[in-house]
Amino acid sequence: MSSKNLDQLYRQVIMDHYKTPRNKGTLDNDSVNIEMNNPTCGDRIQLTLQVEEGIVKDAKFDGEGCSISMASASMMTQAVKGKDVDTALQLSHIFSDMMLGKDYDDTIDLGDIEALQGVSQFPARIKCATLAWKAMEKGVQSEGKS
Amino acid sequence: MMNREIKSYFPILDQEVNGHPLVYLDSAATSQKPVQVIEALTRYYEFDNANVHRGVHTLGNRATDMYEGAREKVRKFINADTTEEVIFLRGTTTALNLVAQSYGRANVEEGDEIVITYMEHHSNVIPWQQLAKERGAVLKYIDLNPDGTISLEQVRAAVTDRTKIVSMMYVSNVLGTMNPIKEVTQIAHEHGAVMVVDGAQAAPHLKIDVQNLDCDFFAFSGHKMCGPTGIGVLYGKKDLLNNMEPIEFGGEMIDFVGLYDSTWKELPWKFEGGTPIIAGAVGLGAAIDFLNEIGLHEIEQHEHKMAAYAMNAMNEIEGLQIYGPTDPQKRAGIVTFNLNDVHPHDLATVLDMSGIAVRAGHHCAQPLMKWLQCTATARASFYVYNDESDIDRLVEGLRSTKEYFSDVF
Repeated sequence: MSSKNLDQLYRQVIMDHYKTPRNKGTLDNDSVNIEMNNPTCGDRIQLTLQVEEGIVKDAKFDGEGCSISMASASMMTQAVKGKDVDTALQLSHIFSDMMLGKDYDDTIDLGDIEALQGVSQFPARIKCATLAWKAMEKGVQSEGKS
Repeated sequence: MMNREIKSYFPILDQEVNGHPLVYLDSAATSQKPVQVIEALTRYYEFDNANVHRGVHTLGNRATDMYEGAREKVRKFINADTTEEVIFLRGTTTALNLVAQSYGRANVEEGDEIVITYMEHHSNVIPWQQLAKERGAVLKYIDLNPDGTISLEQVRAAVTDRTKIVSMMYVSNVLGTMNPIKEVTQIAHEHGAVMVVDGAQAAPHLKIDVQNLDCDFFAFSGHKMCGPTGIGVLYGKKDLLNNMEPIEFGGEMIDFVGLYDSTWKELPWKFEGGTPIIAGAVGLGAAIDFLNEIGLHEIEQHEHKMAAYAMNAMNEIEGLQIYGPTDPQKRAGIVTFNLNDVHPHDLATVLDMSGIAVRAGHHCAQPLMKWLQCTATARASFYVYNDESDIDRLVEGLRSTKEYFSDVF
């Protein structure tokens, strides 16, 4: 069972984020509160962000889903916290490229997110990994408009 | 036919997936197709293809004979009284929507009730939700027993004289439960309601006798019973169908077309607007021949046997929870489960890496998932080509999955 591909998918750091998620919960002082689900499988995420003067000051997520979707949400909140909105969106873009197996901008330090690279080998699971990022994108974009 | 012989008719099963021989345990989603069906489709397109009911030429006649011949096969397969009661449509979903939009709109009024159950597939929920909203009717759910079965007391409690439609699945695509359709039909009729049966998971596995069930409508799909995708059937009692309006208008279904008004063909064609699903019907006919050759009774016994063998072996795995009736005689060849805290997606991915195909998710039954208090489950479903060795592979795969995730969960 210990295939190389599987071990690439379920990297230690991913399982660590799944077991002990960072930024789990909901913010009280949120400026963005967004819910998203993956209708084909039932994964669900609620993302709260505190965006002030174009900076993501704080981020928390809640929800349920598989290890990939929850680990990805944990990593995403970790990555965007303290970043300005443009950088957060740029990260999301890089992540999307990574999932599609495209060459991605590696000048930015991706930290733990890099561990999710193996997901690109599992087409059925890409949607699990991108759910939280899509929620973040939608969230910060709606924030700017209101 | 012995199992090994049956398996040999399914070319798709003879392949490796991720370096392992394929074990296909997702037949409740769609079944695989035997060479008999594949060849029937090829033969039709190579020799007989033409449009039906219009040409004077030979191919047109042949295609028409084949299309209408398939209808007769379906009639026998479900023991309908006449082929006028057999309508070819795209599948179960389309069939249920036709009943809701045609019969439902004409007969359900404000304050009337439509009764379904918590275990229904979305295709037997949403058409009724839409109808209820449109007509100001009440949608009621029959509660389930803790083991996922339905008791007639609960049916009696839900169905009243205001009930116009009772709609229920014959076999649950999640729990494998076989529902007492004949008895429920009787209760519906006592209150003057019509009985609609979602037969998608039943037609592949049980001998269907619509006259014995006495149901008013019965819907099923070809692709779950060795037939091609895109063909399904709505059976309806002739009296009801005669009084129903078509919901699709165009070629094929008309009698006379004037500038401002038109009339419809007789049954069953008035519900088959446009060029029909000719090849699909021919393929479904071949699938019915194939299933008849094995014998529906034998298939049902085989499913019970597979369910019993699987449940026995799976119950040995610590931390594995099976949903639905514990008595294999009360369920079709469907076993839905969860393994510890391993999310079904992760489980299905690991099994797939061993060449084992199972379904993971909510199985288009979100109300039932809510009732089960889980967001997702894994499902192994068995059909004529599966045998004990497939289940052994599944159990082995489940044990390795458990081990693989042992330090995480």
